[in-house]
Amino acid sequence: MATTKMVFAGFGGQGILFAGKFMAYNGLIADRQVSWLPSYGPEMRGGTANCNVIVSDEPIGSPIVDKPDVLVAMNLPSLDKYEDTVVPGGKIFVDSTLIERKVRRTDVDVYYIPATRLASEKKLDTLANMIITGKLVKEVDGFSLDNVQEVLSHIVSARHQDLLGFNRDALELGYNYQ
Amino acid sequence: MAEFHKPKALTDAPLHYCPGCTHGIIHRLVAEAIDELGIQGKSICVASVGCSVMAYDYFDVDCVQAAHGRAPAVATGVKRSDPSKIVFTYQGDGDLASIGTAEIVHAAARRENITVIFVNNAIYGMTGGQMAPTTLPGMVTQTSPYGRDVTKVGFPMKMVEMLSQVDGAAYLERVAVNNVANVRKAKKAILHAFTNQVENKGFSLVEVISSCPTNWGKSPAKALEFIQTDMIPYYPLGVYKDIYDEGGNQ
Amino acid sequence: MSEKVLMKGNEAIAEAAIKAGCNFYFGYPITPQTEVAAYMAKRMPKIGGTFLQAESEIAAINMVIGVASTGKRVMTSSSSPGISLKSEGISYLAGCDLPALVVNVQRGGPGLGGIQPSQSDYFQATKGGGHGDYRNIVLAPSSVQEMAALTVKGFNLADKYRMVAMILADGTMGQMMEPVAIDDIEIETGEKPWALTGTECRRPRNIVNSLYLKPDVLEQKNFERFEKYKQIEENEALYESYMMDDADICIVSFGITARIAKNAIATARAKGIKAGLIRPITLWPFPKKPLLEAADKCRAFISVELSMGQLVEDVELATRCKKPVYLCNRTGGMIPSPDEVVAAIEKADKEAK
Repeated sequence: MATTKMVFAGFGGQGILFAGKFMAYNGLIADRQVSWLPSYGPEMRGGTANCNVIVSDEPIGSPIVDKPDVLVAMNLPSLDKYEDTVVPGGKIFVDSTLIERKVRRTDVDVYYIPATRLASEKKLDTLANMIITGKLVKEVDGFSLDNVQEVLSHIVSARHQDLLGFNRDALELGYNYQ
Repeated sequence: MAEFHKPKALTDAPLHYCPGCTHGIIHRLVAEAIDELGIQGKSICVASVGCSVMAYDYFDVDCVQAAHGRAPAVATGVKRSDPSKIVFTYQGDGDLASIGTAEIVHAAARRENITVIFVNNAIYGMTGGQMAPTTLPGMVTQTSPYGRDVTKVGFPMKMVEMLSQVDGAAYLERVAVNNVANVRKAKKAILHAFTNQVENKGFSLVEVISSCPTNWGKSPAKALEFIQTDMIPYYPLGVYKDIYDEGGNQ
Repeated sequence: MSEKVLMKGNEAIAEAAIKAGCNFYFGYPITPQTEVAAYMAKRMPKIGGTFLQAESEIAAINMVIGVASTGKRVMTSSSSPGISLKSEGISYLAGCDLPALVVNVQRGGPGLGGIQPSQSDYFQATKGGGHGDYRNIVLAPSSVQEMAALTVKGFNLADKYRMVAMILADGTMGQMMEPVAIDDIEIETGEKPWALTGTECRRPRNIVNSLYLKPDVLEQKNFERFEKYKQIEENEALYESYMMDDADICIVSFGITARIAKNAIATARAKGIKAGLIRPITLWPFPKKPLLEAADKCRAFISVELSMGQLVEDVELATRCKKPVYLCNRTGGMIPSPDEVVAAIEKADKEAK
């Protein structure tokens, strides 16, 4: 009966849509209902990008997430914009390398992950999105890294299959981050 | 001595064109080319809008009637559907040089392997004699009652000159049908334009300077004279482009 | 049964079209449907098909006319402003009795409008759009799976009735990803003796034409076409009925807003209001019968739509104004939240006794 509504938000180019796809496929492979809805248009080009992902055990009505259970914020404008929309008891994941301020809400669980710094340290540049997603998989009920290889094979395009291993490393790094 | 017959590629339907109109000659030249190449069974005509709107009544081949100016786009679809078919459009000046300018330029740019017969009589005939994109400077029409004033309505469109700058165009020639010698040259050009398609040589267009006695307000004979004295000087005849001209190779 | 994959709605349309035997696509880039063109550009060369980016929407629909006149399956796709440009060609397709699939992934209007989702081309799609007496079959998908399924159905209906089938989607439907399985495709295409295939000098020539200068002949053509439309209205109307068995308040909505309505219905029912949904899947033919039946059982109707009130007129007509019809709408690319729809349900519940 579980339904998880997620918002992923950040700058264009941070892999926001990709992170959302990973969670959607994660749900699909577990035989659950899923929807993935991106923002589109000029705002994606260098500006903010966001996507709405719903994973549910029931048929999904609206694919639009206006009250997320989970927010992944990878830049400050995104945290500013979506912090107040998260349901009480929800979870907020923050890239603490890029967002200096703390989450103001006190009725949600907050996870600060210095994803961009970790990515740079571990030579996983551009994969901060997957580091933070790894943490998401760990902390949100109903997701796992059991089928990570299969999920990644669906979303990493054929010509970038060589990057699949790096994606997996990034996910595991986030998953194990304390 | 050869007998004079109606080409097989023309139906028996009587033409609706006005007395002295040269559409009939041009229809015949197209049909003769189809007969000579033996392509009647695989030809598809795209009729346009204007006096030749009912070309589908006259050419004894499969026909589709296109919206005003869109014949080259419709022909593109027909040709792409089955490149073994011989697809031609038959368009007037309003259709090709005004409302359908984009379609003809881009069909040429794509080197679409079609044949275009462009009939230029410098006036809108079907609607009763309005100014065409090719109406000569100073020429009186229903919508240029004081003569075409180029300072207000612009200059005539010289289509083959313009299309000769399009890399994709393979063969462009302007001919006229005002006398026997010119009709013979027109015949040769039209045959060449169809032959090009049979040989997969790409976009071929023949502009035919034609008359409109009714809307020009001239007798048929005077109208033919007007072609010689006024039209041809503004629209010089000749081959404007033939990428296969020398030795048959590009 | 093929494996379910996540696809964007636009991509699902393209793949389903190819599976339905469509080897010809002509289009022009416009947000938010460009993925259809991009997908076709990639796939068509691999299956020996034709993808062509036309010089304009007008050229694209006329290329569609060209292929359709030869009897082969063909499509184009666009978004609202582009569909306006194609309307000339759509009228010609109707006048020539040619089958084709046209996809409109709607965005806000009028004019250049915006690029966010909209349903404000409802009138244009269902009442004509181009000039003259004609109809299009209009299909309104509400999920990515339906984007695929209705594409196949659209081709089949277009061939069956020799007319345009239009997919009327919106930016959300086009851009979102959901699991989709494109399998068990049933291609129903009959003989096409009218097609231009060259006479081979063995049969009388075929003419594809919409010009009839004699008014009595044109009138007769239109009568015949409307006989066909009547059959379609009788046989092809599709809809989904959701929680209508005991419903007091009936929402009528299609596409993305029907999904929002479902969320709102759950909330309303939790508050003790019996709401249900009739979701037209074919917008033309409009499912009049179930609406008229619902008018005897429900207290009120609410049209939930992304326009200033277009669907609502068909709801009023279909229910013959037997019960109040409310409008719950957003426009310009805005989308109502489930809470806004719940508020509309509560209002209708209170007012319509």
